[in-house]
This record gives sequence, structure tokens and C-alpha cells, in this order.
Amino acid sequence: MSAAQGRSQASSHRSPQGEGTPVSPPVLTVPLWRAAHGRTGDKGNRSNISVIAWSEALYPLIVAQITAERVAAHFRHRQPSQVVRHLLPQLHAMNFVLDDVLDGGVNDALNLDSHGKALSFHLLELELEVPAHLVSQLHGPSG
Amino acid sequence: MANTTVIHVGSAAGFSGDRTDAAGPVVDALIQTGGPACLIFETLAERTLALAQLARLQDPDGGFEPMLDELVRPVLARCLAHRIPIVSNFGAANPLGAGRRIQAIARSLGLREPRVAVVHGDDVAHRAADTLMSADLAAQLAGRAVISANAYIGAQPIADALRAGADVVVTGRVADPSLVLGPALAHHGWALDDWDRIAGATMAGHLLECGAQVTGGYYADPGVKDVPDLARVGYPIAAIAQDGSCTVFKPEGTGGRVDGHTVKEQLLYEVHDPRAYLTPDVVADITEARVEQVGRDRVRLSGVRGHGRPDTLKVNVCFESGWLAEGEISYAGVRAEQRARLAAEVLTQRLNGLGPLRIDLIGVASVLADDQGRWLQHTDPGSATDVRLRVATRHADKAMAQRLMREVTALYTCGPAGGGGVRTALRPTLGTASCPMDRALVPTGFRLLDEGDGA
Repeated sequence: MSAAQGRSQASSHRSPQGEGTPVSPPVLTVPLWRAAHGRTGDKGNRSNISVIAWSEALYPLIVAQITAERVAAHFRHRQPSQVVRHLLPQLHAMNFVLDDVLDGGVNDALNLDSHGKALSFHLLELELEVPAHLVSQLHGPSG
Repeated sequence: MANTTVIHVGSAAGFSGDRTDAAGPVVDALIQTGGPACLIFETLAERTLALAQLARLQDPDGGFEPMLDELVRPVLARCLAHRIPIVSNFGAANPLGAGRRIQAIARSLGLREPRVAVVHGDDVAHRAADTLMSADLAAQLAGRAVISANAYIGAQPIADALRAGADVVVTGRVADPSLVLGPALAHHGWALDDWDRIAGATMAGHLLECGAQVTGGYYADPGVKDVPDLARVGYPIAAIAQDGSCTVFKPEGTGGRVDGHTVKEQLLYEVHDPRAYLTPDVVADITEARVEQVGRDRVRLSGVRGHGRPDTLKVNVCFESGWLAEGEISYAGVRAEQRARLAAEVLTQRLNGLGPLRIDLIGVASVLADDQGRWLQHTDPGSATDVRLRVATRHADKAMAQRLMREVTALYTCGPAGGGGVRTALRPTLGTASCPMDRALVPTGFRLLDEGDGA
């Protein structure tokens, strides 16, 4: 499986506990849906999934951790031929384009959800590490 | 004094199958603006046109949006009285038939004769044998019968028809955002290479083309993304300014919500590269776009950039591709999941060699899974107590596809214990292929129907 990085610099996963930081801030691990929302669109056998930060402050965290590589690995059962991540910093948003993940698309797939409409909620289950000072920005129930 | 520096475009349908009672509040709100306004219905998905073409083969007067009467009748009188043109792709495979139908509706309501324009040029099926048939497309079709071939055409014939005084503009296949760009072009008189403004109005059209998807529809997730009064969600209206920016809102008193988040979700919907959203009219770039809340349930979109339109148009070709057969059976109570998995194993053995067999355990693993069963294989058998087994296959031959239905039904007596609620379904499938086509080969235009056309 290849995970193309596309135009954007798909950063690798980096812990907020950077080297040289004298005191490691406490970090909470949450599902991505607490920090962002999204919607799936489809054209043919290609799916696009937006990831939109709930706030400007959360956006850099999401960019740093939710990479094309992680998304490709998360969808490996769909065997994407390519995953490209586009950044829209002005909108605090990213757009993932996953090629060949819809079992042929709306005309050929045997899936009940041949559009892949539910895929955004799968992506939003990826884990995100959030430093303590940003926890107040998260949405939804913490349970 | 009415504000004529903007044109208000309301959207009352986002797909064929959308609600038919959405237009009323949108038209009321458009009338209230007191300025230039237009109403659109977007009712034509990728496959809808092929289905319409099949319908027209059965009935030469059919082949347009089957809910046309229900969509138009409730608002036609008010739209004509207030000079709010209706623009829609509900012509599908028979725009002329839809235009005549609207004339007939107006007569039956005792209204003045509407000036109905019918846009032509999208249907390129007659070219399937020559220019259209590239080697690549021929390979995709693999000799199967073409049902329809239509180019996604742009906004220009819509704008021209509106400038000619049309009350109703009926199209077949046009790019969805062009339904909104057309009225904006006609009102603002932008040059056809005024790319930034055209891109701005195109993205306004993109926000509107799926109806309620920008006003809180398809957004709610209780406790995380709450939407007030979703059952009465209002449909969107865009006020499109001279500079190509727009403000999206919904009619007063309707449910739903319009905020930066609902707008961003729709802005990125079905977008691939945000630097290059391709339409027949422009290549739009939304990477520098700004989305700002400017009031309660009012959001402004600005900063969309545009680049020169593509030299080619996208052509969609639909063809017959065989049959889809599905069957379902439920297992509940103790060891339900184990019994459903055994039923799946029985079907796998019985249907070995038939073709691809999709297996879903609804309640355990279904829509997120894949046709090859990789997800299900990696789902450890659990102890779910309410499971619906669903299997599906497709086959070029109808009788072969029907074998799946018979085998699922036979689980009543031959399968694991306690299976119930068998349902089976069979339907013809359509395939689509697409190819680029030189726009010079796709002349477009419109024709105003005579009063006699409706006779």
C-alpha cells in the first residue's frame, strides 16, 4: 500500500513531549471526533473525507498527528491505492482523498453503503493526543 | 428599495428523491427579499439520467423527473407572479417533455403562460460510435449496451435563457453548481473569463446543490453536533454579490442551522484537490477562501479564486451491467452471532463459483467492511444476540443472480436454528464510465417553447 503525501507535507506522528522540553505536559488521548468533524463524498471509486477542526487552536495538533500514512493504515482493509492529504489552513481543515476504496463505487460495490457515506465516522475514530491546555477546546462527552 | 446589488438564489431540492415540500418557505423568503431572485431544483445524480433514459424508452413522453408536478405545482403561481425564475435539471433525459409538462401545469392552475426555455446540447449519445468512443472508454464498456451518454455542460445557456426572459429554464445534464452560476451570470453580467467571480458563484452553487446539506441536514450527531428542529430543516438561499462572494442563510422559522461548520462540511463535500475544483465553467480554488458567521444562521463565503475553465467537458456514459441480488435473514437470542456465521458458511459453500459474494453481519460488521471480507475475517467471533445476515452478489445473468435468493430462502429449513425474516431483492444494475470530450464538439443552447408546444 502506498501512502502518497501529495502536495501537503504529511507530517509524521510526533508526540507533544518534544525532546528538550524540560517539563512534559500532561497529555490526554481522545478520539479525533472530539477535536474535529467531517463528511464523506464519493466520485466513482474515490472517496474524499474532510476533517474540520472544532477550533483554530486544535488545528496544528490535528495536522501534526492525522497524517496520510495513518489514514492509509486505518483504511488498509479497503486497500487504498493512494491516500493524499490536502491542507486548508484558512478553514482549519484537511481533505483526505482515498483512491480505490469503494469496492468499485456506487455502481459496482456490493456494500449496503456503496457511496462509503459512513467512512468519515471511521476516520474520526483515529486517536489524537491532546495536551492539557487544549482539553477545554474539545467537543462532546468525554465518557 | 430592493437590494439589486445581490441576486438571491434559493435551493429547493438537492437530489432526485428529495422532499417536495421544501420549496414553499424558500420562495416565501425570496419574495421577502424584494430583489432579484431565482429558485433552483437539483434532481439529477450520476445514475438518475440513465434511469430516466430507460423510462423514456418505455414512454416517449416520460424520461424527466418523476416528481416534477409535486416539486413545481406548489410554487409556480408565486414564482410567476413575483418574477422568480425556476432553473432546474429536472429535464433529465427529456427536457422538452418536462418543459411541456410545466406549461400544462400552469394551464391547469389558470396561470399566465410561462416562458419556458429548454437547454440542449448535453446529450451526446449519438456520438457514442465515433468521437466519443476512445480506446479507453471502449475498454471500460467491454461491449455492453450504452443507455445514455451526457456531457456536463456549463452555465452559459442557462444565463442566456434567463437574459431572454425565461420564467423557467429546464436542462438535462449540467454541472450542478452551474444551476446557480447561470442566474448569477445573467444578473451581474460578468465576463465569461472573470474567473474569480465565476469561481465564487460556482462555490455558492456547490454549497446549494445538495439542498439541506448546508443548513444542518446530514450534519447532526447528538451531543456532539446538535441541530435544532431537524424534522423541519430549512433549505438554503445564497445572496450572491457583485464581487462573487455569497452569504448563505435559510428561511425564517425553519429548523436546521447555518454556521461555519455546516458550511465547511458542504464546501469540502466531493472536493478532491481544493486548489482545483473542476467545473465546465471554471477551475475553482478554495484554499484561500474565508468562511465567517455574519449573523444568526448566516454565513459568508469569500476569497474563492478562479482559473481558466478546462478545455474538455466530462462525459458520463451509462450502460447495462447485469443484476444485483440480495438476501437477508435474522438470528436473535443466545449464540445468534455463531448461528449467523454458520449460515454465512453454508451460503459460501452452496454458492461457490457463482461470483463475488458479499457477507455482512448487520449488528457485528457491515457497512464499514469490504466486499472481499477482510474486515469480517479480522473481527473475532463475538456473542452478539441480534444479528441480521445479509449477502449480495452481482451477475450478468439474471437466473444466476437469482440463485442467491433461493439459497437464502432455503435457510428457513436447511440452515441453522431459529433463522427468520427472510427478505430478498433483485434489481438491474447500471455501470458508468466517463471520458473527457473537446468542448467544441458539444454545442449548447436553448430554445423558448411556443405556446403551441404545450398543446
